[in-house]
Order: sequence, then structure tokens, then C-alpha cells
Amino acid sequence: MYSNVKTCVLHGLNGNIVDVETDLSRGLPVFNIVGLPDTSIKESKERVRTAIKNSGYEFPLSRITINLAPANLKKEGSQMDLAIAIGVLKSSGFILNDNLQDMAFIGELSLEGKINPVDGALPMVISMREAGISKCILPFYNREECSVIKDIEIIPVKTLKEVVDYLNGELKIDPYAREHNQLYSGEKDYGVDFSDIKGQSSLKRALEVAAAGSHNILIIGPPGAGKTMAARRLPTIMPKLTFEEAIEITKIYSVAGLLSSKSLIEERPFRSPHHTASSVSLIGGGRIPKPGEVSLAHNGVLFLDELPEFSKTVLEVLRQPMEDGTVTIARANGTVTYPAKFMLVASMNPCPCGYYGDPFHECTCSQASIDRYLGKISNPLLDRIDIHIEVQPVTYNDLTDKIEEEKSATIRERVNKAREIQLKRYKNRKIFSNSQISNRDIRKYCRLTREAENILNMSFNKYKFSARTYNKLLKVSRTIADLDGEELIQDKHILEAIRYRTLDKYWG
Amino acid sequence: MKISDREILIWLNSIGLSNNHIKNIRSYFGNLKDFWAAETKDVYNIGGLTDEVKGKIIKNKNIDNIEGLLMKLEDKKIDVITIYDDNYPTSLRYIYDSPNVLYVKGQIIEEDNLALAIVGSRKATAYGKWACEKFTRDLVNLGVTIISGLALGIDTIAHRTALNEGGRTIGILGNGIDVIYPKKNKLLYEEIIENGALISEFPLGTPPLPYNFPQRNRIISGLSMGVIVIEAQEKSGSLITAHHALEQGKEVFALPGNINSIFSGGTNKLIKDGAKPLLSIEDITEEIPELMKKQGISKTNNIDYSNLSETEMKVIELLKEGPLYIDIIAYRIGLDISTINSVLTILELKGMIKELPGKLFTIC
Repeated sequence: MYSNVKTCVLHGLNGNIVDVETDLSRGLPVFNIVGLPDTSIKESKERVRTAIKNSGYEFPLSRITINLAPANLKKEGSQMDLAIAIGVLKSSGFILNDNLQDMAFIGELSLEGKINPVDGALPMVISMREAGISKCILPFYNREECSVIKDIEIIPVKTLKEVVDYLNGELKIDPYAREHNQLYSGEKDYGVDFSDIKGQSSLKRALEVAAAGSHNILIIGPPGAGKTMAARRLPTIMPKLTFEEAIEITKIYSVAGLLSSKSLIEERPFRSPHHTASSVSLIGGGRIPKPGEVSLAHNGVLFLDELPEFSKTVLEVLRQPMEDGTVTIARANGTVTYPAKFMLVASMNPCPCGYYGDPFHECTCSQASIDRYLGKISNPLLDRIDIHIEVQPVTYNDLTDKIEEEKSATIRERVNKAREIQLKRYKNRKIFSNSQISNRDIRKYCRLTREAENILNMSFNKYKFSARTYNKLLKVSRTIADLDGEELIQDKHILEAIRYRTLDKYWG
Repeated sequence: MKISDREILIWLNSIGLSNNHIKNIRSYFGNLKDFWAAETKDVYNIGGLTDEVKGKIIKNKNIDNIEGLLMKLEDKKIDVITIYDDNYPTSLRYIYDSPNVLYVKGQIIEEDNLALAIVGSRKATAYGKWACEKFTRDLVNLGVTIISGLALGIDTIAHRTALNEGGRTIGILGNGIDVIYPKKNKLLYEEIIENGALISEFPLGTPPLPYNFPQRNRIISGLSMGVIVIEAQEKSGSLITAHHALEQGKEVFALPGNINSIFSGGTNKLIKDGAKPLLSIEDITEEIPELMKKQGISKTNNIDYSNLSETEMKVIELLKEGPLYIDIIAYRIGLDISTINSVLTILELKGMIKELPGKLFTIC
């Protein structure tokens, strides 16, 4: 008896539909799976056999051949268990429904016959929908993350027996669906707030500008200045996610197996790898390439604390994803592209001992050792960072001051407004924020008043900016003007943007 | 080709003979022409020379070598001034151990007789940077040529500020004139050649050896009317320069610093030992008569604050108390940080304030 059911394998974030063909024929009882399966699929033989038996069905005593088509595609993942079991049950006559062609099955089997959750359910469901499949039978625990996808019925199941009964019409399972507007469950409590930071108004302002325009930012300051504290509060003022962005992030987390909430990710990710991180952990990799930190920070923040402590090669691999917004990983098993559009937040000390320029401590480093320390960060990398800000430790007076500091919610409101202006401006342009304006379009979007032009010319003569600096200056000014709700960039916007270019003092 | 004493001297320097060696040769033969004419065995009889040095002389004593050397110098556009030349700087001629040969790139002109040296440590603090820029600017406005040693830190700041202010500056190297050290200063090298001169007494290709630097310091002080030490730790090459200056009878000025700062340990000690504390430009002009005359004619260097807006003026008034952090400025004036950011930039553009490391601002 021949049968054919559909399932899905992932290749990066893209799913490929796989036909599981099953044939039972007479002969010595064997169970063969062909079609480039990897170890996890070969092992599924045992799970399938036991699960079928323990669900109360008889495992056929015949020659079983399973073919996974297309046969030239390498396949991996335990999510094929369910489809193989259904194929066997269909061929041996336990399933009477002949109409299996417009549905797909994903799920891992336990020996008991239960269906366990799988990684990457969301991207698989999205690919199935694109392939025209109208119904997907998937593990109960994966139902939340997939429920936001329209135009495909999600049938959540808990056991193999449930699936068989459902297919035979003996059990009715309602498709699981949620409305999109149910996604955002109001303000999230982060446990931290910008008002926790006393003083440091210039740092807070710089972070606000960075968040509004998604500009990369470098924070330089001695130990105890509150660099890390401020950076960790950045998510509380990041603009809220759009639905498309949330889907992109959830897909990546689903593939990486990091989806803890089991539903759509509703906040921007904040990733802070330790400085011992390897380039593979940052970029992604492995025999079957998995997303790295840059992809996990997609649409969110990648925070690199103590930037010069990262090994130089690790920092240099960041350059390409920062430029392209994607990262392509090539391995023997195939080449995979993951999105990696992140905002880089980096912090560092001004010198090895940390106290260069500190008012209260003497710096004991030699000029040569400071140069070496700063030299770890290459110019091409610095060129990709729009905002540089220096911080100083707060004094005791600042800490005890009774001044009411601004709450994250207030700052976030301004950031959201600025981001909305940007989204409107760049509609249908495939960019979402000022930091992504291409050099070609910069004059088109960054129009200046006459006074601003004058200031810009004056500053060029004074500071001797490079052409690259010029572009960055305009982009940051654009964001500051957006925060002000101004269409034209005014002189005060340019003047403020210049303050975020302190880099030359260190790397001059 | 007839060979002059001058050419022989250049050749002797180029093969790495020290001033002492050359002195010994001269005292043995009377003049260098006789030395050139001398036979190999005579060279062995010269007293006070090691066999190694004698070997070097004999190996290289060849007219082609001299011609090649002179051609090479011309090729690289390097001028050579020897102690036999009329244009040898007078101020150097009478110091102890005056250099026999000076390799020069750029021009030394009449005005460079009015020169002061500004030296200091390789690592400058914000305070040192500020003071160095301030006094360099004031001196350049008086028409003084700034002499320094092209090292990192204070030296570089002094050269750089002098050039930015449109003044003249002379750099004395501790390595061959065709060697750029530190590499970072390549651009500075080229600009100095345009607006002053680079001078070295070391043969072409000499690497920056540590023991060359103290030696070149006597030229720094020798060419100057006085030496200003901006910042120096207790053991610093800048103190050697100050020492040379005292021996040569030049003025020494030292910038006072906090007594708990290791970067001012050397300068404070100089003051204790009798150097003049440098508090304002008048401290220099008082001591140097040529400058005293000039101060009358030079434009008063007071910054005109009359065109400033109210907020800008408030910031200036605040900064007159001393350098302040941006957050404190915003807090004290009571305006939001974005406004303060732009006010500070406009004041910086107008050249009235300056940013120091760590978001610290000071008036110029």
C-alpha cells in the first residue's frame, strides 16, 4: 500500500515542503528510510514504531520503505516523526481519510505516543502557507507562536491517537487562531527604568537619539560611570515593534530553539554576549548553521560591553552584517542567510586602567599602551558607529539629588513619535530608520535650512571632518530633527549632532 | 675632485662617528684634508678611537662614497649645515658639544632666531593639553617660532597648534631625518617642512634609538631663547632639556600643577629648584627682552564676548570658574541637554571654548 503525506524541513529561515512517501510490501519485515535523512531522522524509526504500538495500533509486519522527496535535499530534524508515523498508519489502513494532500504534519513523537514540541515551527508554518498548504497539524505547545499566521488552519494536537481520530472524523479539533491586536498586552514592566539613572543627562539624551534613529552608539567612560547600567535600560525606550518585525524576530528565535514564551516575541531583543565570545557564536554557525548573536539581536540591540576586550577578529566579523543587515554562513551542509539588522551599542574605557580623563583618579597608563588599547578597534568599525558619547562618573551629590528624573515611558513616547515619522518617510523604501539611509539618498532626505548649511560649512573648516563623517552627521541631525518634529534640519540640530562626534580626540 | 673639509665632515658623520671621534681626528691631523690624504697606517695611529671605528673609516674611505652621499642628500632634498658653514645657527655654535652636522628639511629663516622650546611628556593630561595649546597660541601671536621634539603628547600638540595658528615651528629629531617616528606624525612632518624646518644631527636612516633622544635635547634648548616645560613626571626627558637650557644659560619656565598629580611632579620640582613658574604669557615676555618689545605691538589677545546671546554668555561666565562637565553645565544653567549641546558647539565653533577628554569644557 502506498501513501503520501507532507511535512517540512528548514533551511535557515526558509522551509521546504517534503513528501513522505510510504510503501508497504510483502517480504521480510524491515523499516527503511531513504532520501538523505540525517541521524535524527534515522532514529525516528524507533520512536515511530514504539509510539504506534503504544497508541493502540498494530505496527505492520511487512517491508516498509519510506522515501523523503525531493530525494536530493538533505533533511534534518525530529519534526518528521509525525509525518512518518501518519504515513505508516495510512498505508496500513488505520487512517481512512484520503484527503491528506492539502495538509502537513510536524511534530516529534515520544515513545508513549505523545507529540513533543519542535524548534522552528513558526518559519515552517510560514513556508507551508506560501507553498499553498491550507491546514497544518502541529504540536500543542507550538500553537501559540504559529497562531498569528493567517490563511492556514492550525490544528494543535497532543497525541498520535488524537491525530488519527481527527483524520478519521471521530474527533473534532477547532483550528487555533488569535487576532493580531491581541498581541500587544499593554506596557511591559522591565523592572528597570531610565529614571533609575541619576544625572548623566547627556548620556541619556544620546541614547534617546540613538534609539530614535537606530544609530549605532559607542559609550566611552571610566569604570563606575554607569555605561552598562544605561545600556541595559535601553530596551525600555526602544520604539515598539511592528507586526512584521515581531514575526521576523520570532522566526529566528524559533529556529534557534530559544522561544521561551511560546508565543510571538513582542519586545525588541537585547543581546549582550560576553567578551570571550567567538566569531562563530556572534555570527552563527555549526554543522547545520544556527543563528548567532547578530541574528538574535535582529531588530533589537547588540550590546558589546568592554569593546576592546573582544578579540580583534571577532570585532572585524561584525563589519559585514553591520553593512548588509544580513549574514551569510557557509558550511558543508549548505549556505544559510539569516537577517542581522541590529543596533550596536558598545561601551569601553578610555584606556587600559580606565581612568584617563577621570577627575578623581590618576591614569597610570603609558601613551603607548593607550594607543595599543584604542588600536584594537579598527577604523572601519568606528566608521560604522554614528554616535560617540563620553561619560563621567556621577558624584555623590548627583546620586542623592531629589530631582525628578524622566521616566522611560516619557522618553519612549518621543522615540515612538520620531520613529513613526521615519516609517512614514521611508514607506516602500525598504528602510525603517534614519541610520539606514544610503549615501546616495542622504541629500534627498536630509534637507537643511540656510543657517544649518552655514553652520555645517563652518564646522567643516573648524573640525576638518571627513566625507564619511559628513554623512553620519547628517543622519544623526535628521534623527534629532525628527525628535523635534521638524521637516527641515535646523542649525541647532546640526550643532547637537556635532557633539556626538568626539571620536577624533581618541583616534585622531 | 677636490674635497673640502666640509664634505669630509659630512661623510664622517654619515658613517656614524660621534662628535668626540671627529674631535680626536681633528686634533691628530690639524685639519680634515690632511686626514683624507693620510695613509691607512696613519689612521691606525689616531688616539682615542676604537679599532672598530678605525676599521669603519678605512673601509669607507673612498671618494665614491662621498660623492654618492652628496648625491643622495640632494636627491632627497635634504640640506646640510656644518659647523664650517656661515649659516650655521649662531645660537648652537657656542653651546657645549655643538653638533658638527645638521641635516635640515625645510627652511631656517632669520625670524627663527626668536624661538622658544615647548616640551613635555608623551602622555598629556587634559590640563597639559589645554595649557600647551594656550601658550603656543599666545607665543605664535607674538611671532615666536615654536621648537619641540616631535614626540607624541605635548610635543605634537605644540607643533600642531603652532601650525594651526599659522606660525612657524621647528622639530628636532632623535633619528635620521628620513625616518618618520612616531609613524602617526607623518602628516605633521610634511606640514612642518612647509612652515618651518625639521633638523637632525643623526646620519640618514638612523632608527629612533632611546639614547639618541637625550642627546638631541641639547639642540632643542640650544636653538631656543628659553624652554617651557608643560608637563613632566619626575623622571622625564623634558627635564634633560631643561637641564641643558640651564647649562646653556637659557630661561626655563615650568607649568605648575597639582602636587598630587604624577604628571606635574617634574615641573613642580623644576619650580622648586628655581625655574620660573608659568602662570601667564607675561611671565615669558618679562624675561625675554625681544618679546617685551613685541608685546606692545602685537594685538591684544582678549576674546571679544560682546556678540554672544544670553545663554552663550551664561555658559562663558560659568566656565570662567574652571573646566566643567557638560551635565553640570546643563544642571547649573537649568536648560535641557539638547540646547546645551548646541550652545557648546556654537561656542566651540566661535573658538571661545574647547572640549577636553571626558566631555569637559573650558574657555580658551
